[in-house]
Amino acid sequence: MELATSLGDPSPGRARDEVAICARAQGALVSGTSFTLVGLNVAPQAGSAAAAGSGGQEGAGMEEVPQDCPGTSSAQAGKGASCQGCPNQRLCASGAGAAPDPAIEEIREKMRTVKHKILVLSGKGGVGKSTFSAHLAYGLAEDESKQIALLDIDICGPSIPKMMGLEGEQVHQSGSGWSPVYVEENLGVMSVGFLLGSPDDAVIWRGPKKNGMIKQFLRDVDWGEIDYLIVDTPPGTSDEHLSIVQYLSAAHIDGAVIITTPQEVSLQDVRKEINFCHKVKLPIIGVVENMSGFICPKCKNESQIFPPTTGGAEVMCQDLKVPLLGKVPLDPQIGKSCDNGQSFLTEVPDSPATLAYRNIIQSKCLKHVNNYLIKNISLWFTVLSYLIS
Amino acid sequence: METAQETGNLTGIRQIILVLSGKGGVGKSTISTELALALRHSGKKVGILDVDLCGPSIPRMLKVQDKAVHQCDNGWVPVFVDQEQTISLMSVGFLLEKPDEAVVWRGPKKNALIKQFVSDVVWGDLDYLIVDTPPGTSDEHISAVEALRPYKPLGAILVTTPQAISVGDVRRELTFCKKTGLRVIGIVENMSGFICPHCSECTNLFSKGGGEELARHAKVPFLGCVPLDPQLTKSLEEGQDFIQEFPKSPAFPAFISITQQILDGMLAQTS
Repeated sequence: MELATSLGDPSPGRARDEVAICARAQGALVSGTSFTLVGLNVAPQAGSAAAAGSGGQEGAGMEEVPQDCPGTSSAQAGKGASCQGCPNQRLCASGAGAAPDPAIEEIREKMRTVKHKILVLSGKGGVGKSTFSAHLAYGLAEDESKQIALLDIDICGPSIPKMMGLEGEQVHQSGSGWSPVYVEENLGVMSVGFLLGSPDDAVIWRGPKKNGMIKQFLRDVDWGEIDYLIVDTPPGTSDEHLSIVQYLSAAHIDGAVIITTPQEVSLQDVRKEINFCHKVKLPIIGVVENMSGFICPKCKNESQIFPPTTGGAEVMCQDLKVPLLGKVPLDPQIGKSCDNGQSFLTEVPDSPATLAYRNIIQSKCLKHVNNYLIKNISLWFTVLSYLIS
Repeated sequence: METAQETGNLTGIRQIILVLSGKGGVGKSTISTELALALRHSGKKVGILDVDLCGPSIPRMLKVQDKAVHQCDNGWVPVFVDQEQTISLMSVGFLLEKPDEAVVWRGPKKNALIKQFVSDVVWGDLDYLIVDTPPGTSDEHISAVEALRPYKPLGAILVTTPQAISVGDVRRELTFCKKTGLRVIGIVENMSGFICPHCSECTNLFSKGGGEELARHAKVPFLGCVPLDPQLTKSLEEGQDFIQEFPKSPAFPAFISITQQILDGMLAQTS
């Protein structure tokens, strides 16, 4: 597929400048499409939404689904009211749509040169996923013999370019695909932020377009030989998360690091994320509790800005039987370093937060990945026991 | 028929406010909740529609996480937070069997539920409907704006934290408002500064002033700064009415002033 036309939209004949703003999304906004309830049968009884949720992985194989598409692999495919007039109606009705996406195989081929793949997830926003991803990448890249790649699939709110000091950089194209932007020789970064013309540009995209972009990031970027691919995600359990797991399903993901803050409002979303991991059979490397306690720089007393009213990540990890990788205290320096696009680990090497980060990155995270096979067995037991209970 | 009923369920609402942010965890749900409580404090009747389908926080913040939604002839009855029925709430949280259940939905399903929330919930007469959104500029936002567009007046409050990373995402959200023709009521800067309870030293944990600067740059009103306040976090965790319980806390005057500006804005608009 030619990269220039496929930028931002896998279907041919679409204007290239749509990477910045999706004309389709805007068009849909102005015209106000008609609405039929297909594939979702929400009744007020408890549990109905959950039941519908289990079918939520459908419709994954298609790129340009209409808003009310029942999904290519559902029983309704090609038969629903909204399928009338869809160019793919016959294809869907024949059942061909349920076949796996050929891209999965292509991505597996591409990912052969990538040894480890780690996802950074959280159900809650603003807990420090990007900060952790960026610093995991920085930390790992300190070993010059290792090649690190950082992929940002937060399509609507890409923070990684700024955190890595790469704002305003552009992606270059070569015969073998898009080239990542390099911070150091052994640290390459890819983000939708590099494809935007101005920092004001909003990526107003619905799910299918975001999925297309993620597929391209995996298939069409010239990653080269990589030891660790770290994937930073947006909050939630929706399109981006399903897509990355699905596209990498044949390529094998080592596992997910889940980030949370100590308060219950955050933990309740993180429990959902852990459930998501179980549902899609994604191994959990462990949980990191961020923003845990603040030490006043003047009086050195500690305050709980986000109080762990239900015991914080520690109790949650015990309850759900997932490992706790560590706790990182709040430090105003972290935010400042991220704003300046510098590695906090080298900027303030002796801060307690740096030590906590290093501890997680060097000993635990890697050990878990390296001991993946052993770990995986126990994780499977966790998953099994969860399913049985 | 459907159109007629849709109009029926939303005509009793005088103003709709969307709470948006490009960034997650900046306090959209917190601002939505406190705004509702503060508006009630001023004698208004408020509804909250939580369209964050993958991470609904409002039910817990208002301590109604165990309640259920009922159906009547006209549609779904929202959950009332108090006896007097001054705050009503609709959230996907009420539809889940288990609280930890993950809503693993792609866009089309989310859009369908949001449209149902807009058309089928029987809000009755409300002064304000506050719509709490997930972070970003994607399915939920396009669908919510699309579905609510016919009901004016419609406006958006943008929430940010002071640091550049967050302001960057909110800049994109401003572009979203511009593109969709959504009126921006103003920007709120949350988590600006933390006053140490031990020594009263103010630390700007996430720096300061980013929201105000952005408002000036984008020529939209700046509604105010809400400081980091452990009492606020605590009352949200426990589902207490912060506005009622902690009138002496540093975040209290901030919320009252923001609410007053919204009330004034509405007066100016209707007169």
